[in-house]
Amino acid sequence: MRAATFGNVSRRSWYVWRRDFDVYRTTWKTNFLPPLLEPVLYILAFGLGMGGLIGAVLYEGESIPYLRFMIPGVITVSIMFWSYFETTYSTFVRMYYQKTFQAILATPLLIEDVIAGEWLWGATKSVMAAVLMLLITGVFGLVVWPAALFVIPLSALGGMFFAGAGLVTTALVPRIDSFNIPSFILIFPMFLFSGTFFPIDVLPAWAKGIALALPLTHLSYLVRGACLASLPRWWAAHLAYLGGGTILLTWAGIVLMRRRTVR
Amino acid sequence: MGAHGALAPPAPDLLASARMNGQARDETPVVATGLVKRFNAFLAVDGIDFRVGAGECVGFLGPNGAGKTTTVNIVTCTSPLSAGRVTVFGLDATSRPREIKAGIGVCPQENNLDPDFSVRQNLLVYARYFALTGARIERRVDELLDFVQLTEKSGSAIDDLSGGMKRRLILARALLNEPRMLIMDEPTTGLDPQGRLAIWNRVRHLRAEGTTVLLTTHYMEEASQLCTRVILMDHGHIVLEGAPAELIDREIGREVIELWDLAPEVEQFVRQAGWPHDSADGRYYLYDRDGGRLAAEIGTRFPAQQRLIRRATLEDVFLHRTGRSLRD
Repeated sequence: MRAATFGNVSRRSWYVWRRDFDVYRTTWKTNFLPPLLEPVLYILAFGLGMGGLIGAVLYEGESIPYLRFMIPGVITVSIMFWSYFETTYSTFVRMYYQKTFQAILATPLLIEDVIAGEWLWGATKSVMAAVLMLLITGVFGLVVWPAALFVIPLSALGGMFFAGAGLVTTALVPRIDSFNIPSFILIFPMFLFSGTFFPIDVLPAWAKGIALALPLTHLSYLVRGACLASLPRWWAAHLAYLGGGTILLTWAGIVLMRRRTVR
Repeated sequence: MGAHGALAPPAPDLLASARMNGQARDETPVVATGLVKRFNAFLAVDGIDFRVGAGECVGFLGPNGAGKTTTVNIVTCTSPLSAGRVTVFGLDATSRPREIKAGIGVCPQENNLDPDFSVRQNLLVYARYFALTGARIERRVDELLDFVQLTEKSGSAIDDLSGGMKRRLILARALLNEPRMLIMDEPTTGLDPQGRLAIWNRVRHLRAEGTTVLLTTHYMEEASQLCTRVILMDHGHIVLEGAPAELIDREIGREVIELWDLAPEVEQFVRQAGWPHDSADGRYYLYDRDGGRLAAEIGTRFPAQQRLIRRATLEDVFLHRTGRSLRD
């Protein structure tokens, strides 16, 4: 067994992806519900409720109704949540409680295949959630077609980024309750402060600086750009941040998960 | 299970290469030389050498922490060795894990069936990891369910199975790829006598078909029943190796005389006579290698002494060599 990381990943990763997908299919009705219902609830709460108080927001020099501003933020947050929580809690359950990985490792798959399959599945969940949410928000006329279709590849990129981040977390936490710490220190602050529910331009300079360091801010700019059909000014920088981060986190995720599971 | 079309699996190339490349190389199921496994400072396996020949059933015995499971994990390529060399059917365990794993069947110590799938789905999903899909594997799954007597449970959830059913399903799962060697880590721990017998009979059946078997067990009865050869490990070393009957004969003899509540004169006599024996917690175990002479002598000299005369077993060999005190 070499020390290779990406080199040990083979097409057999698909079998792990298929395993997770098969489980998902058997319970698809309950799995489809949250991404369909979530935007509806947001639309009701923010559209009927807060939207009336806020009215319009100034974003990239333009004034847009709050609901149109906020909906891409909801999609962005979902992209992060679905992959991150898949490769943290769900992967941990399969690894630690169900011993699914141990069983798979007695077949021609290596641990790298297993982790890559989990990573891919985590990203897939982000894409599925994004597609369902696009459908719903499309019905309400809150996104601009066909530009909004760019949300799909963006959800794949964001999904891969946060699936990698989730794997790194899973490799490091001692127990399943420990996920609370990264969730509250990193994930929930990002959920609120990444330009998801208000433009980060309204923040004081120091806080905006911090926001710009957060990966979700960059995904947020890109997804909002796609939904509103306006290319963000720093789109290439946002893509580079997320692309580079994805490679780094995925590599680290595989290395650290291997260290955790192979003794 | 269902549509396989969208993500067509690759051909079962490894199974083929694991079989066909074999002609030219040493086909011995397992050859381990100077095998060492370290977990940080702890030396779990300390430079052992052993072989498992084709068609053999080799049992690894030893107290908890002896290094049995560690050794098995190295052979099944799930744990990397620290030093030495292991080959499985002539393939190096360090560099060819995928091919080795394609050709062996593994029954792990812990039940790691997939709770998200039914009994039958468990086998189908597991077969896919070996790139086995399609009508042929569906038939094989049905045959295996029949072989382990689980046909009626094929739609059941894993949580609804008894311990014995789970072990049988694990055995069926290990046979999906038609392995030439079956590796079982404590295959019957926690089973009732019927459950144990069911596993034994299936292992015997597989052996008759030519499958090589490597197992670990804490049950000496199991080792005596199934194994052509046993390897006794302790503290990461191989202590003893041989056929069960031969080991009993060599280490213990035909009979064991157990004495308890010893009168001081009996204890003194036993010690002075220099008879081979062990003692623990006030109980003496005399090993009779002279065809009943010891038993007769104890009987005539000390007719009142509490005693039990019984056939020597592999358990006596185990306890004689590894001691009668608790390990963990």
